[in-house]
Amino acid sequence: MSTTATVPHGPAGPAPAAPTTERPTTDIVRHWTTPIALAVLAAVSLAVFALTASGKSATFRISTDADAIHIPDIVVPTIAAGWTITLLLAALAVWGFLQVRRSGTVSGWVSAVFAALFVAGFLVWVVGAANTTTVFLTGLIAGSVTLAIPLIFGSMAGVLSERAGVVNIAIEGQLLAGAFTAAVTGSVTGSVWAGLVAAVVAGVLVSVLLAVFAIRYLVNQIIVGVVLNVLVAGLTSFLFSTVLSSNSSALNSPPHFPSIRIPFLADIPIIGPILFDQTILGYGMYLIVIALYIGLFHTKWGLRVRAVGEHPKAADTVGINVIRTRYINVLLGGAVAGMGGAFFTLVSSSSFSKEMTAGQGFIALAAVIFGRWNPIGAFFAALLFGFTTNMQYVLAILGTPVPSQFMAMLPYLVTVLVVAGLVGRSRGPAAAGSPYVKE
Amino acid sequence: MKLELRGITKKFGAFTANDSIDLTVESGQVHSLLGENGAGKSTLMNVLFGLYEPTAGEILVDGRPVRFSGPGEAMRAGIGMVHQHFMLIPVFTVAENVALGDEHTRAAGILDLESTRRKIREISDEYGFHVDPDALVEDLPVGVQQRVEIIKALVREARVLILDEPTAVLTPQETDELLDIIRRLRDNGTAVVFISHKLREVKAISTVISVLRRGRMVGTADPDADQSELAALMVGRAVGLNTTKSAPQLGEETFSVSDLTVLSPEGVRLVDRVSFGIRQGEILAVAGVQGNGQTELTEAIMGLQKAQGSIRLDGEEILGRTTRQVIRAGVGYVPEDRSTDGLVGSFSVAENLVLNRFDRAPVGNRFQLSPAAIRSLAEQRVTEFDVRTQGVDLPVGTLSGGNQQKVVMARELVDDLKLFIASQPTRGVDVGSIEFLHDRIIRERDSGTPVMIVSTELDEVLDLADRIAVMYHGRIIGIVPGDTSRDDLGLMMAGITPGTEPDTTPDTTPKGATA
Repeated sequence: MSTTATVPHGPAGPAPAAPTTERPTTDIVRHWTTPIALAVLAAVSLAVFALTASGKSATFRISTDADAIHIPDIVVPTIAAGWTITLLLAALAVWGFLQVRRSGTVSGWVSAVFAALFVAGFLVWVVGAANTTTVFLTGLIAGSVTLAIPLIFGSMAGVLSERAGVVNIAIEGQLLAGAFTAAVTGSVTGSVWAGLVAAVVAGVLVSVLLAVFAIRYLVNQIIVGVVLNVLVAGLTSFLFSTVLSSNSSALNSPPHFPSIRIPFLADIPIIGPILFDQTILGYGMYLIVIALYIGLFHTKWGLRVRAVGEHPKAADTVGINVIRTRYINVLLGGAVAGMGGAFFTLVSSSSFSKEMTAGQGFIALAAVIFGRWNPIGAFFAALLFGFTTNMQYVLAILGTPVPSQFMAMLPYLVTVLVVAGLVGRSRGPAAAGSPYVKE
Repeated sequence: MKLELRGITKKFGAFTANDSIDLTVESGQVHSLLGENGAGKSTLMNVLFGLYEPTAGEILVDGRPVRFSGPGEAMRAGIGMVHQHFMLIPVFTVAENVALGDEHTRAAGILDLESTRRKIREISDEYGFHVDPDALVEDLPVGVQQRVEIIKALVREARVLILDEPTAVLTPQETDELLDIIRRLRDNGTAVVFISHKLREVKAISTVISVLRRGRMVGTADPDADQSELAALMVGRAVGLNTTKSAPQLGEETFSVSDLTVLSPEGVRLVDRVSFGIRQGEILAVAGVQGNGQTELTEAIMGLQKAQGSIRLDGEEILGRTTRQVIRAGVGYVPEDRSTDGLVGSFSVAENLVLNRFDRAPVGNRFQLSPAAIRSLAEQRVTEFDVRTQGVDLPVGTLSGGNQQKVVMARELVDDLKLFIASQPTRGVDVGSIEFLHDRIIRERDSGTPVMIVSTELDEVLDLADRIAVMYHGRIIGIVPGDTSRDDLGLMMAGITPGTEPDTTPDTTPKGATA
């Protein structure tokens, strides 16, 4: 949905014996979709958050009595909050319309503030309407990070391989393979580290298949990825039901990574438990995100990887080995995704169960796109998805008026909205998905 | 530095692209490699640059034989190349592009672009390039992008610089500037290999000219050699370089475009309030550097692009009609890229010849095709247009560029055309076929059809046009007579309106032209 108007850039008339304009004239193309969406959401806010508010107060607890630093609870009256937030949302929607009229598009901060307010409005409304109107905010956020960790590992795998020009749909399979082998190896050897190494190997093995078919045999990368996912899901399910389930004490009761609590720092409210009370895998995740960010954008390696993903032929003509770079990155991605898989069975769950990754690999892929192929961006995108998943769990416990099936849709609904709506036209590596053939 | 190729042969399967070629390039020389498309120039240079492994023969640098397994090694040996399609990464800055593959790093592999920036500034100052090391390559005009390519080679201390068809994308002014840069490089002791099929440029810049034809070195020539002599060497027979045409017999203005505007999704006016008219029996050539809106203009006329304004043919509005309706209204259209838009490569010659009328008698109807009728029509067209093919059942993709173009022309030049549009009618076509195709276009004009030609080749524009419309940044910057001088057209193509140029047909002067 767009309309146009002319705004000449540069001098209006042609001057003799000089270029008339530096650039062609540009018209404003007005995209009305965003402000309309904002207006609809503001209306939803009015109808739900303001008009059907429970009248009780929602309590957000930040610290427990046992904590060293005590921060008082935040108590929010639902009706007042519902109306305030609705008014603010309406104001932002109007601002959005004005912006489109003036310059064609809504600026990013408007959408971001709008989204944050909407989430806040939803939280207050849903908590206020629950049977228990108190929610432990720190726990909600810490739980989100825990749920996001495998997503983050998965999205780093996606970033690694797509930046080099290979689309990695097989993240799901890599996670699942990692989870399975970590559980079995961990159980058999009794060592978490052996489990982790096995998971990395399994992730790399899936990647080897992806790489060989996509890079060597030029098979369509999407199809290879999908097939690999089905293959790993089938294989692990088969082994689970024929071997693991009848013998679970020997083969499917892996040891777990303990949390390593850093004294004092872990006591900082909210961020303490997130940053300083993690397992080795949790700390490793932060290190990988930072290392990958620096690596991709500030090192020779990263420059070459990005060149290979954007314009492989150009990279080739300056002496970069395109094929080798792609192999290495896809395999590295497999290793990282394998670690994410290990998180399922060596940290978050007690044992392996059938298809336990439940589509997380695809959500990780969405995080890659939402994060615009940037490790930091993908990290925050994965956190958002983790947050919505956790909110669904927490709200189910509190007992909300919303049917649990709808709450279970939440993470996926947010994924669809975010990827389709907020991202807009995000531009990935130009050569992602196309094989490189040297003539 | 002296670079020698001895007996270089490169085969692709049964096809011999280069047949025992000898070539010597020395510093302080500009060695031109002249040849038609498909003569094997690019293959030879890709062998030299390490992109292809030669089937036989050897490369010697200063008398020592070398083997390049990849471009990296060729670069280390002092060979740099500016490719026909630039090898730059659009989303990288100039500095990142220049550094790529030859990066300076600090500890732990952290990039150090500062030294690259300094080098770029030094080279830029020395040659007057005016290149900002921190600009994004995708934001730069093609002429500047080409300079980045040259800087890439110079930073790597190339002693031999290969330029593959470097002027194809440049305005005449940019071409002159490039030739100046090449002279400077030559004087600084660089050996330059200049690959082109444009006789004029080759004559202007060369120390030695070598001519390639069908993979063989057919001779060397002096830069003083006559143009027609060079052309004959290149083609293998005498060719008429200038098309002869009689004065136009002008009829009514049956085709007119007014205030046509095409917007990009971002709102850029790709075609900006363009107005012109073409009379029966007249050829209007739309000149301009590639990417100034010509493609969008023709696509808008054909109903392939959304546009605002008005396009009238025989008094009827055709803007807003579907492409099929436009074709049915009697418009013949030769698209600029025959391999992607003009032909279906895997279809036979015969099938390609009926793509625009497969549902019409006699070759078919709404429900079925008549293979016999298609075949006989195809055979007749193939004879008429002198298409060199083993048979009409062969896939059209196996034909040479010139013959493919004849197939497109044969399909589009049907009887009773109301308008004929040809974009880049002879791009990538051998000199021999150019003559033939130009002749057909003029015959179409003489039969009383309004003809619109879009071409980025000034020679072609001057050969064919009765009037010339020059496009720049989406606008028609002026419509001038067909005998306008090359220099004036060059200025107009760079967006400069020659202030006093009189317009012979003031009734068609568009808005936005010289006030």
